[in-house]
Amino acid sequence: MKHRTFLWFILPTLSAMILFIALPIVSVFIQSLFVQHEQVLVVSESCGPFGCSSTTSIDAEATAQLRAEQPLGKFNGFGTYTNRAHLAFAEVGDAWRNRDGLGDFLDELMDLPFYKALIFTLTYTFVVTPIVLILGLAIAVGVNTLPRVTKGPAIFVSLLPFLVTPLVGSLILFWMVDGDGIIGATLQILFNDPSLSVKASTPLMWTMLMVYGVWHTLPFSFIVFYAGLQTVPQDTLEAARVDGANKWETMLHVVVPHLMPLVTFVTLMLLMDNFRVLEPIVSFSAQGHAQSLSYYIFNDLREAGNPLYSSAGATSMMTILGVVILLTPVLIRTWRDFNQRAH
Amino acid sequence: MASKSESRMTPLKLLSLGLVVLWLFLAAFPFVWTFWGSFKVQGDFFSKADWTNALFGVFTTRETGGAFTANGYYGAWVQESFWYNFWNTGVVVFFTVTISLTFGTLGGYALARSGFRYAFWILMAALVFRAMPHITLVSGYLLPFFEWNIWGIKPTTIIVLVAINQPFTLWMLHSFFLNIPKDLDESAMVDGCTRFQAFRHVIVPVMWPGVITTGLFSFLLAYNDFAVTSMLLSGENETIIPAIASFLGTTQIEGNVMFAVAAVVMTTAPLFILILFFQRHIVSGLTAGAVKG
Repeated sequence: MKHRTFLWFILPTLSAMILFIALPIVSVFIQSLFVQHEQVLVVSESCGPFGCSSTTSIDAEATAQLRAEQPLGKFNGFGTYTNRAHLAFAEVGDAWRNRDGLGDFLDELMDLPFYKALIFTLTYTFVVTPIVLILGLAIAVGVNTLPRVTKGPAIFVSLLPFLVTPLVGSLILFWMVDGDGIIGATLQILFNDPSLSVKASTPLMWTMLMVYGVWHTLPFSFIVFYAGLQTVPQDTLEAARVDGANKWETMLHVVVPHLMPLVTFVTLMLLMDNFRVLEPIVSFSAQGHAQSLSYYIFNDLREAGNPLYSSAGATSMMTILGVVILLTPVLIRTWRDFNQRAH
Repeated sequence: MASKSESRMTPLKLLSLGLVVLWLFLAAFPFVWTFWGSFKVQGDFFSKADWTNALFGVFTTRETGGAFTANGYYGAWVQESFWYNFWNTGVVVFFTVTISLTFGTLGGYALARSGFRYAFWILMAALVFRAMPHITLVSGYLLPFFEWNIWGIKPTTIIVLVAINQPFTLWMLHSFFLNIPKDLDESAMVDGCTRFQAFRHVIVPVMWPGVITTGLFSFLLAYNDFAVTSMLLSGENETIIPAIASFLGTTQIEGNVMFAVAAVVMTTAPLFILILFFQRHIVSGLTAGAVKG
């Protein structure tokens, strides 16, 4: 295809991506370098019979004007990145010097909002992803042995949790585990503890969010692996059986290696999707116990009437950096494959 | 031909069958439960004392006279004017899907037919863009949109959703067009068509299966989106998902949780119908990316 024709074909999609994905990243970066103007203070001196006193008051009009003229605020360099709400170098340094063991240091880190969000996001991603991979494969193998007529309905039912709107899906679960809901009430009876409540306990809340994560993404890995199982060469299976391999050995040495490319693909997709977890935290009103990076940004932007652009910007930039780090192995591999194909 | 060892019930087989049954139960039960409960009153839906109340509707019978009530639906639909949010969602989703498919087919076709190195780089960039958490992009939109006074209206949200949709659409349609033989459009060009005419008359008639599959996923992305729609739409343009999120806070206080439950069921219904009719497309779409790598 000629360069010129290519350009015309690609132009609409490329301009959409540049305008609304690439440029916003630049815009986020610029925002993160500025902070909002402080309020303009006026010192007025009033003199009375007992001498003069000066009062400081906020000049609302001048503040509004200044903010309207320079909506970005004033230049702050990387100040926002290092302040207490983000990387908190000073606080982390302090905590490290005064630590009593690693656990204590981690406790201190959990008091810093950015680290709290980062730790939750990473825990969520690296707990949910492997569980979903393994269970997905197990269920795919199970469904594969079902009689033909039941396969279709089984896949239909499995698709529901995956395709349902995340906010809605997590709400449905939340209502069930509510203290008065069916699961919540049952748990209270089982553990004989009427005050047991997901909403009041951090470990329970984390568990619940991850259970939701598994429930929501399991169908994806299941469907992909199930499709992969249909392409396992029958000859190889037959040969393995003739050579005396049992079911388990066949699974481990024939089926799993055949599915390996799919495992890479599913892992990549799961990592990307789990890393951006936001909706369940909104639905579960979990912000008191668990915040993800996405929720931290969301919350900054939600700040009623006065969004914290610089704080949101700094968190966003670091989140994007995290995504790129997460993707690097895949990108390097694709690059190698491409070069091999080119030669 | 099933050999004897395959049809025999081994413990391993039983275990995996049990796992499947358990999973299917876990996948379906929350939906069935919520659907059933949406026709009850709150006292039954959250029946702490006796969970069978939710099945038989003891409080519902006491309060409304029948075992089923549509009060939740009436409240959500009429009292909270939920129909209006549905209309907004319809508009936003329709335009997002149409525009992103148009852009995506053109771009995906070009990428599939160009052997130059920059085509690869565009696909790589698209992969990275696909991984961006949407909320990070939203924090870049807000300030400029406020400044240009285009915040809160539907067209802005539509074009943003189109852009966010593009990386995925491009990858999907690119791999789909790779499967259409090159000879098809190239022979048309030998016969004197321009590249665009070849695309219009030869490729367009055969591309619909791929476009429908991609369209389903564009639909899901636009319909399910929360991060973009909740931040970029003003109150009167709100779509259903942010509307549910925002009336969650108010209904909880007023004791109208059943309105939210009804709204949730109504939001899930279109998705249910979608899976019912397009299950095969969805499954093939999910695996398309995997097979191509």
